[in-house]
This record gives sequence, structure tokens and C-alpha cells, in this order.
Amino acid sequence: MEQITCKNLAIGYDGKVLLKDINFSVKSGDYLCIIGENGSGKSTLMKTLLNLQQPISGKILYGAGVKSDEIGYLPQQTVIQKDFPASVREIVLSGCQNRVGMRPFYNRSEKKCASEMMEKLQITNLENRCYRELSGGQQQRVLLARALCATKKILLLDEPVSGLDPKVTEEMYRLIEKINCEDRITIIMISHDIKAATNYASHILHIGEEIFYGTRQEYERRCTID
Amino acid sequence: MEHGKSMKEGVLLIDKLIFYFQYPFVRYALIVGVLIALCSSLLGVTLVLKRFSFIGDGLSHVAFGAMAVASVLNFTNNMIFILPVTVICAVLLLRTGQNTKIKGDAAVAMISVGALAIGYLLMNLFSTGPNLSGDVCSTLFGSTSILTLTKGQVVLCSVLSVIVVAIFIIFYQKIFCVTFDETFAKATGMKTDFYNLLIAVITAVIIVLAMNLVGSLLISALVIFPALSAMRVYKTFFSVTICSVVLSVLCAVIGILLSILAGTPVGSTIVAIDIVAFMISCAVGKVAGGRA
Repeated sequence: MEQITCKNLAIGYDGKVLLKDINFSVKSGDYLCIIGENGSGKSTLMKTLLNLQQPISGKILYGAGVKSDEIGYLPQQTVIQKDFPASVREIVLSGCQNRVGMRPFYNRSEKKCASEMMEKLQITNLENRCYRELSGGQQQRVLLARALCATKKILLLDEPVSGLDPKVTEEMYRLIEKINCEDRITIIMISHDIKAATNYASHILHIGEEIFYGTRQEYERRCTID
Repeated sequence: MEHGKSMKEGVLLIDKLIFYFQYPFVRYALIVGVLIALCSSLLGVTLVLKRFSFIGDGLSHVAFGAMAVASVLNFTNNMIFILPVTVICAVLLLRTGQNTKIKGDAAVAMISVGALAIGYLLMNLFSTGPNLSGDVCSTLFGSTSILTLTKGQVVLCSVLSVIVVAIFIIFYQKIFCVTFDETFAKATGMKTDFYNLLIAVITAVIIVLAMNLVGSLLISALVIFPALSAMRVYKTFFSVTICSVVLSVLCAVIGILLSILAGTPVGSTIVAIDIVAFMISCAVGKVAGGRA
């Protein structure tokens, strides 16, 4: 079941093409890693997939009932968040916002969803702590819990381990793998860590001078030939 | 003896206050002051966190310019002209935040100083009153205008305040989302542009309202200080919002009462009290330090 299909997609800023002829499709339950050099357009691709910016040409098709309010997203941290006074609970709960519509407050099922996600990511004990006082790894868990509140189907992650130490990085990867395997949530992850990508992903999209898309095995075979 | 004397002074003070409160303009000033303090602090938290602190400053200068134009054109009710102009500028300023050609802060500075200069120029060229510098001074520092409010202005102010508070409560969760992480909010299907517009419009309305109270130079203080003070002490968005509202209203009441008793300018007295409150909050925040 294809959830996202890109056909002859060209992306970039202000009419300038950064990348073109991007073709790939993501099926339900896939774990796709997008790798490439800095500045190769990974983040631009993800923003285009998230509908934050328009593709220059080509098409993105969302299949299998994936609407924009059913996508979870783990963005890179912004400067604003560094000193933001908010409790963990407030942030996780805000992930449910896409289901709220015009209702001013969260209902019981949304609050329950937030509690479950905090439980799943083992941050329930941090519930009332202030976000800015948490460690980098804890903050990423909070944002991941929020992303999981927003989706049951597909999760996009933008360099989820940047700035984390090796041990916490490993934990983060395991967590994402668990979400992919146990909850059958499709993962699309940006990374510049090729080793981790080939460890965990089922599919690889390598962007840069030439674009490669295929399964992990195909990617490894190609690399050994090179 | 000492004790008796201070008692007597206290009674005198209260007598004086009761005496002043017999005048409707004093009551109006207090009502409007509290309402404006409430509204401005509600939005202050969002503006400070979104790095929009200076928008308040810029818009207040725009409001000053608009007021100058309005008085030159001899409008009977300034509000009709000032409010739309300020709202339009607010929308434009928030738009430029996303545009990279002129950076947000530069655009604010440009519009702010430009409006101030044009406003003063117009007032000078087409001076209507005999005391020009007095007029300008009272517009900039709001020295007396709060004590000359008419009943109509008080009603208008109350209605607008109620609308602002209602909008804030209804959209509280959305405002939190847009403030904390706009990209995430947009990616998960929220109409962030609409909410940014809403924030801009409300900010403009509050600033035009607050011009009567503290004058256009000191408005930013009403917006920023309570939010910053609250952020020193509290650590969740909800408690920061509540605390900043309480603090702001408290400072406004104390400031207005003090200015009546001591005969000081209303606006700067309130801001001075806000500064004191900020210092106290800093101290409290330091002491409470490591606690979550």
C-alpha cells in the first residue's frame, strides 16, 4: 500500500531547482532513510513532503488515506524552544491539536492519548517538568511523543539524533525501530549517519550528484561495487 | 506617638483616595488601566517567546503617526483611522518576518522610526493647538489623556478588551502550538498563517487601546515586562500566562493609585512599578533556582 509517491519531483527555493528527477514511493510499514551531504536538499525535500513548501515541478501523491493532519513530524529544534517555558505535558498534548478542530480545549481521549505516548517513551515521570530544563535526549523524546500524538500512520524525522551523545543516540534509534516494528508506523528519516541508516532502514534514498533509491540490500551492493 | 501619627497619615491617604474616586474620570482611568494591563500581558507572553517584542514598539510608533494624520485631517473620532492603519501595519510587519529581502527587525525599525518622524513632522506643519510640544509629549508619554477619557471611550475599550480576552481563551491551545513550534503546527495541518494574522491584529488593537494609558513610547513595557517577570518564576506556559496577567493588573492598579496620590504621570509610574516587579521576580527566580 503506497502512502507517499513522488513522481519526477523537482524541489528548491524561489524557483531555483535544487534537486530534480526524484522518484520514490513509500509503502505502509517502510523505514526510509534519506541520506546526503549537507546542503544537498534533504531538509528541503522533507519540507516539500510535509507541504510546507511547493514542489517546483512533478507530483507528490498521498495514498491510502494519508491526509496532512495524519502525519507526525519531528523537526529540528529551534532557538525559540531553548528557553520556552512549557511543561512536558503541555507540549505532548499539543500534538493532538490536528484532531481538535475549532474546539478550544482538549477532550478526554486526547488527554489519554498524550498520557499513553508519554508512557510509551518513558517520560511520564517528567510530565510536569519544564521542557527547557531537560537533557537533549529527554527533549527529543518529548518531541517524539508529540509527533506520535499527531499520527497513527506515518512519521517524518529530521535528524533526530543530532547533538546527542553516542549512548542516547543508540537509544533513540532503538526507540524509532520499535515504533516502526511494533506500531507499524511508517518512518521517513533524514540522517547523515550512513552507518546507522544501513543498520536500521528498510529503504535508502541517497540524494546528491546522483539520486539513488532502493532497498538497503541494493544500496549496500552498490556501495561494495563502488 | 509615632504610631498614632502614621495611623493618621494612613487615614488621610484613604480619605484622599475616596475623595478622588468620587470623580468619574478617576474611576474610568482605573477601569481602562486594568483592562489594558490585562489584555497586553495576555499577548505579551506569546510576543516575547516568538521574538516579536519589538513589534509592539514599532506598532506604537505607527499608531502615533496615524494619530498625527488623524488630527491633521480633523477626524472627530481618532480611533476610526488609527485602528485600521495600525492593524494593516501589524499584518505587513509579520509578513516581512517570513520574507528574507528585508529582515524582520530591520523592517520594524524602519517603519517605527519612519512613522515617528512623519507623525511629528505633520503635527509641526499643521499644528492645530497652541501648545505643540505639550501635545506631542502627551501622545508619546500619555501623561494626561487617561484622565480625560469619555464614557464612550471607556465603553469602547471595555468591549474591545472583552473580545480580546475571549479570542485568547478560545484560541489558547492554538496560540500555544503556533508559539512553541510553528513548523510542526503547519506540518500537521494547522492554519498557522491565520493564527499569526490573528495575533498581529490583536496586538494592533491592544496597542491602540494602550496608547491612552501609557502613551506610544511606553507601550512595549506593558507588553514585555509582565511576561518576562512571569517567565523568571514560573515554568509552564499556563502558569506563566496567568502570572503575567495577575502581575500586570496589580502593577497597573498600584501605578494608577500612586500617580493619583503623588501627582506623577500615569504611564511612567506604571512602567516604574513594572520594573520593580521584574527585579523582584528575578530575585525570586534566582532563589527558587533549581526547583522544577
